[in-house]
Amino acid sequence: MLEINDINVYYGAIHALKGVSVTVEEGQIVTLIGANGAGKSTTLRTISGLLKPKAGQVMFEGKSIAGMAVHNIVKLGISQVPEGRRIFANMSVLENLELGAYTRSDSKGIREDMDKIFSRFSRLAERKPQMAGTLSGGEQQMLAMGRALMSRPRLLLLDEPSMGLAPLLVKEIFSIIKEINASGTTVLLVEQNANMALSIAHKAYVLETGRITLSGTAEELAASEAVRKAYLGG
Amino acid sequence: MEAGSIAHQFVQQLINGVSLGSIYALIALGYTMIYGILKLINFAHGDIYMVGAYVGFFATSILKLSFFPALLMAMVVAAVVGMVIERVAYRPLRNSPKIAILITAIGVSLFLEYGGMLLVTPQPRTFPAVFAAELYNFGGIVINSQQIVILAISIALMIILTYVVQKTKAGKAMRAVSFDTDAAKLMGINVDQTISFTFAVGSGLAAAAGVLVGIYYNSIDPLMGIMPGLKAFIAAVLGGIGVIPGAMAGGIILGIIEAMVSGFISSTFRDAAAFGILIIILLFKPSGLMGKNVREKV
Ligand SMILES: Nc1ncnc2c1ncn2[C@@H]1O[C@H](COP(=O)(O)OP(=O)(O)OP(=O)(O)O)[C@@H](O)[C@H]1O
Ligand SMILES: [Mg+2]
Repeated sequence: MLEINDINVYYGAIHALKGVSVTVEEGQIVTLIGANGAGKSTTLRTISGLLKPKAGQVMFEGKSIAGMAVHNIVKLGISQVPEGRRIFANMSVLENLELGAYTRSDSKGIREDMDKIFSRFSRLAERKPQMAGTLSGGEQQMLAMGRALMSRPRLLLLDEPSMGLAPLLVKEIFSIIKEINASGTTVLLVEQNANMALSIAHKAYVLETGRITLSGTAEELAASEAVRKAYLGG
Repeated sequence: MEAGSIAHQFVQQLINGVSLGSIYALIALGYTMIYGILKLINFAHGDIYMVGAYVGFFATSILKLSFFPALLMAMVVAAVVGMVIERVAYRPLRNSPKIAILITAIGVSLFLEYGGMLLVTPQPRTFPAVFAAELYNFGGIVINSQQIVILAISIALMIILTYVVQKTKAGKAMRAVSFDTDAAKLMGINVDQTISFTFAVGSGLAAAAGVLVGIYYNSIDPLMGIMPGLKAFIAAVLGGIGVIPGAMAGGIILGIIEAMVSGFISSTFRDAAAFGILIIILLFKPSGLMGKNVREKV
């Protein structure tokens, strides 16, 4: 479904991705783990078109999308929940979700999807008119995920959805990610919480300072000595 | 002055101030919306107001249009001019240092002023009397029917704008881009289109102000946008730059202050009062009356 091939991405003179290749098969959860500054967010930002790779390809369903405008990439079916959630704090929960459906015009389908999201994230249902900036961290994460789902993505990119959340909430978020995947959405999940990420993923990649150093099935990586030492605390 | 006549004068100046202020508000809205979305003080904005006044002038004098069609035509032409300016002058500099766009905006402003002189001559023109100015006298307080028209149209436009910004898809996109451009892109919003739309709306409102002023003061010239442009900028800063209701309030407040200074002190201090307000605001509350103390986005 998604194939990133040997991409090189720069921030000015900083060489952030040095030949990263990642493949995401349809229907799977693929996780990208790595330490701070490894280039995980940069990878997702490049897929979404916020950054343009200097070299290498990004193929989505056989089509090259590197260099395409961000809004057109969203229209193709790739939606991202960015790091730090980036919800529209000065707008209501409902308006945030409406913006998530910006690329769509089927008002009936939008309403149905919104109902689905409110039943999946019942805490949001009670807070439709509330300003998004006044939601708790967990609620904001749910809103960001609901908002991203409103475009009916076929590929969902999640950038550290567990960041800053209490353990119980992290569990809840991860079980929701599994549900989203089970209902047919392919997921590329970036996480520092390697334990949790590996527990739900099919496939995993380890990113270190701009390079993929390890990859395999989630079980393989969870069992690997190197990963256990560096990311799983033993 | 005795007490009765002071109260009289106060009410009279309040009326004058509100009608002048609603003009400032219409122009200030464009400043604030464009700042909100691009973080750019569009110095050419006052000149768009002048363009609107001229389109209104030619529409009524040469095309013999009546008031509403002329107003609409001025708004549409100015909207197109605004979009062209953004496309040609500002968009290529989107990723350049802010100072480059700022200098370009000053360049565009000078271009419109002196290009305007070339095109329509520097000679002031007398705006045709689109409707007769009737004076209504309410126990000594005089209201000009044109003031009523100015106020009614300004209020109607502000209501429509509020509706568009709050309720429509384009308006929501505009707020989203202002708040967080990258997040807005990730929603599938076409940011270039949204910025174009913002310039169109802001320019249309300025043009409406231009036509209303043309009717009220009868006289227009290619440099007429400079002073109201600055005043409207002050109004936008006073209300909180980037905040739409702030621009409305800032415009009205500034209009009232100017009218009071003219009425009770002297009209020669009117402009000084406006710039004094700018200095005070910048010193004590740079975020403006309705602005939040937001950090500069990185
Ligand atoms: N806007 C930027 N300008 C310059 N350098 C940047 C920018 N954003 C990221 N970088 C650099 O690129 C590298 C990769 O950053 P990135 O944000 O992709 O890391 P990450 O793996 O997502 O880290 P984290 O887990 O902390 O989110 C880092 O060295 C970072 O300093
Ligand atoms: Mg990151």
